[in-house]
Amino acid sequence: MTAPMTLFDKLWSLHEIVQRDGESLLWVDRHYVHEGSFHAFSRLSERGATVAEPGLTFGVADHYVPTRGRGAPIANPEIARMVSQLEKNTADQDITLFGLNDRRQGIVHVVGPELGLTLPGLLVVCGDSHTSTHGAFGAFAFGIGASEVAHVLMTQTLWQKKPLRMRINADGELAEGLGAKDLALAIIAKIGADGAAGHAIEFAGSAIRALSMEGRMTLCNMAIEAGGRCGIVAPDTTTLEYLRGREFAPKGDTLEKAMKDWSELTSDSGARFDREMSIDATTLAPFVTWGISPEDALPIDGNVPDPADEQRPARARYIKDAVDYMGLEPGSKLTDIGIDRIFIGSCTNARIEDLRAAAAILANRVSKVPGLVSPGSSSVKRQAEQEGLDRLFRDAGLEWADSGCSMCVGINGDLVAAGERCASTTNRNFRGRQGVGARTHIMSPAMVAAAAVCGHLADPRPLMARKD
Amino acid sequence: MEKFTHIAGTACPLPAENIDTDQILPARYLKLPRKGEHGKVLFRDLRFDASERERPDFPLNRPQWRDARIIVAGRNFGGGSSREAAVYALYDFGIRCVIAPSFGDIFSQNATKNGLLAAVVSEAENGALMAALSREEAVAVTVDLVSQSIMCGELRCRFSIDPARRTRLLNGWDDFDVTLSFRERIAEFKAADRKARPWAVPARAP
Repeated sequence: MTAPMTLFDKLWSLHEIVQRDGESLLWVDRHYVHEGSFHAFSRLSERGATVAEPGLTFGVADHYVPTRGRGAPIANPEIARMVSQLEKNTADQDITLFGLNDRRQGIVHVVGPELGLTLPGLLVVCGDSHTSTHGAFGAFAFGIGASEVAHVLMTQTLWQKKPLRMRINADGELAEGLGAKDLALAIIAKIGADGAAGHAIEFAGSAIRALSMEGRMTLCNMAIEAGGRCGIVAPDTTTLEYLRGREFAPKGDTLEKAMKDWSELTSDSGARFDREMSIDATTLAPFVTWGISPEDALPIDGNVPDPADEQRPARARYIKDAVDYMGLEPGSKLTDIGIDRIFIGSCTNARIEDLRAAAAILANRVSKVPGLVSPGSSSVKRQAEQEGLDRLFRDAGLEWADSGCSMCVGINGDLVAAGERCASTTNRNFRGRQGVGARTHIMSPAMVAAAAVCGHLADPRPLMARKD
Repeated sequence: MEKFTHIAGTACPLPAENIDTDQILPARYLKLPRKGEHGKVLFRDLRFDASERERPDFPLNRPQWRDARIIVAGRNFGGGSSREAAVYALYDFGIRCVIAPSFGDIFSQNATKNGLLAAVVSEAENGALMAALSREEAVAVTVDLVSQSIMCGELRCRFSIDPARRTRLLNGWDDFDVTLSFRERIAEFKAADRKARPWAVPARAP
């Protein structure tokens, strides 16, 4: 009899080709590339090499794409070059591209799952740290740098040291109005932005099982913000329902075989984890960040930390820096923090469910600040328009744009001005992340909508209760 | 890649936690091609103000640390974005080693592939190093990868690094050449895997 295995152990062994010097050479099932992958393509041409498995490689234009004026030529020549460079690199290597004007274009971590390219049991990589998102399907998915992207392009394999295994059990029902983002921020606040460094995180427990695929993707997306190598959720009927009929997902007999194999993708009872932690989902309040790291998160009824209350000198200095950068008064109430704009978008929280949650609060209300809504994909955009959500956003005074990474990273030109404070559904509140001198608070889509309506950080629940 | 055995030089303290890769290399410079010039934009928004003037308080702008080869930083250095250009920026600036209590996993991996050592020390040792370095004059530090040790004046401590990463740095190996030697094993794996997991290959639309 074999020893009980964790889900992660099973995923690892499915892909292990050979071991050497404490590392394993792993087979890669899906490789997503985007405009930022150009360093790796350069490396490829320096070596005169070709892509080993173009059929397992997919390109998506997302990082630099404009969110306004689609169809017209891109005005900024540097951005136009980034987008056309991807078109050329993928065309030269016979890689399928979901480019700027493709109906399937969107953010890579939204598009991959949406097209059924991301599946349970796969090893998925991309030169983007939020590749952890795909773990929501029970895939081993992680972000890599340019050297590793080049290695995967050339060999369809990757050398990796096996990470330690960590299980985070979230049991109980999340309160009405709370979602995966609140859970993710609560976990990161508890363990720190490097709390899961060197670990593969499996999210388990009744609160996870109750999450939709969209919610699981949000949670696994944020696994990297806890420092995790990856986040995984075991596949179940929610996963299968999501995948059925998607363009690149298995069908017919292949699907039957897949479902049989996927049913094995759970942690065996008695499987040993290097670390376990539990979180009681029933006790959570909506979470929001106050500082410059996702670990700087608190429940919305909290107060801005005061460095004077902190015993550890290094931490006190960090809090002072963060509070200064964010332009906050130590000890003040989070709900007293006024905002200048909002952003709803990114691979974290711009799927249809996220847009519905925000739109429900904005319906028949007006945003007190300007804001941008950029759907996670062109397909999400079409669906939202069919449901009339675009009207709700527009009527509230917000801008309804096309899909891309947009104001999460700002490299397409969607920026927050210096000194401005943005309530954002994104994943990183780093100093200057949304623009030089920009101040970012990250939170759930419902909470961003509530901040828009109130003009300051706010608990979204009263606005939900008042509806109708 | 150049072999890395040891580095001796000035060490600059950056006593902050969570220095993410957006700080090391702001996103607007991600478009830069690799030409050995990323050093100019290292810590761009921390080193310079909006009018391109140096911020005199930033450690790497202080006279004693301008030529630093080593950085000693707080926990979770290099967390966040997977941008390898953050490593290019450090390397092109002349930095060959960063010492911290913890690093972003992807950053450490990227560092190894480019000949930059990410050396992990305990919080206590990090604090001691930081204290030893925080003087007006430059302090020479030696970091030896063979013995995994750091020497800073009277201070001696060991650092940890994953053994495979250590071997890779010591030998200056390029993964690609190593992987090619397993070409047949990869082909065998692929053939067997296609039978075992036919669903792992993308299906086209019906």
